[in-house]
Amino acid sequence: MSSSPMECAAKVTPRPLANSIRGLSDRGIAWLFVAPTIFLLLAINIFPLIWTIYLSFTNFRANRIGREVKFIGLRNYERILSDPDIWQTMQATAHFLLWTLFFQVLIGFTLAWLINRKFKGNDMWTTIIVLPMMLSPAVVGNFWKFLYHPQTGLFNYVVQFFTGVDSSSFSMIGDVSLAPWAIVIVDTWMWTPFVMLICLAGLRSIPDYLYEAASVDRASKWRQFWTITIPMVLPFLMLAVLFRGIENFKMFDLVVQLTGGGPGSITELTSINLKREAFEKWRTGYASAYAVILFVTVFGLASIYVKALNKVKER
Amino acid sequence: MMTFFSGLFRLRRGPWEMLATILIALGVVMLMQPFFLLAYTYSFIVTLVGTVMFIIVSHFPE
Repeated sequence: MSSSPMECAAKVTPRPLANSIRGLSDRGIAWLFVAPTIFLLLAINIFPLIWTIYLSFTNFRANRIGREVKFIGLRNYERILSDPDIWQTMQATAHFLLWTLFFQVLIGFTLAWLINRKFKGNDMWTTIIVLPMMLSPAVVGNFWKFLYHPQTGLFNYVVQFFTGVDSSSFSMIGDVSLAPWAIVIVDTWMWTPFVMLICLAGLRSIPDYLYEAASVDRASKWRQFWTITIPMVLPFLMLAVLFRGIENFKMFDLVVQLTGGGPGSITELTSINLKREAFEKWRTGYASAYAVILFVTVFGLASIYVKALNKVKER
Repeated sequence: MMTFFSGLFRLRRGPWEMLATILIALGVVMLMQPFFLLAYTYSFIVTLVGTVMFIIVSHFPE
């Protein structure tokens, strides 16, 4: 006679363990299941965070393990917050963050609005538009490095075709004034499809009867767009801005592959600068203080966004 | 404006969250602005106060 899976499980469970589990309450069993996750969370997230905060008050260097570690109070924070070079990287990050968000939201929403209209080849175009997002940032970085090449790159030839400027007269990643825009263009190219997909989800969630009712009331297309489309898509759009904002604040791989932070340090974003302090100069305590400053900034911004998102949802 | 200050005195969540949000936003702007080094120096403490305040006041009654 065949037994049920529950009976099989009961048979193979060791007797002492089975006895002890049988004596547990529902709450006890729930804790038993949740405990490994909580332990992992503490070990992987909470402990490193606390350890980083501790290290930020010391002069610890990870390449000099035997050296005495001194508690130096807030000196690391003082140095970082009065260093004009780090201030410069913050400005580079702000430039990158603001312009990528602006272009991604603008182009992403426009593409979603166009794709949402039913036309022949709709699905094929969606697939083509989404392709850049599926590539590895390292591949995209190298790929655009070739495209930006002053002599052989396609990008310069396209600019020459449309503007008449000699293609070999400028270098997108070698020119101090153009390099910050070069990384903005690549990130926009890569991540606009992500914003488009989220906006598309928002647009498709709007019921048709709202537009029908607005048409019956003789609302113009423009009015329908501002009073139905935008308010209904706004929560989705804010979610996209939150995701992209946080991702771009800690952008690393794409920019390292593309410009390596150069020319000079004009495209050196905070995460690249942080990596240099931590793993090239080996100033671990200093880098920890730097990481804590970035963490608090991202955490604060995320709090504002979550609050704003909840308010929009309540509407 | 009176409602805002009365909410602050009665420890209500809305006005306090608003104040914390303003501090965080101000701190981030101070951190990334290209004009005053002094504002950059004090940006972290402003953001930190705003963030900690946000965590605390989100437990206040509505």
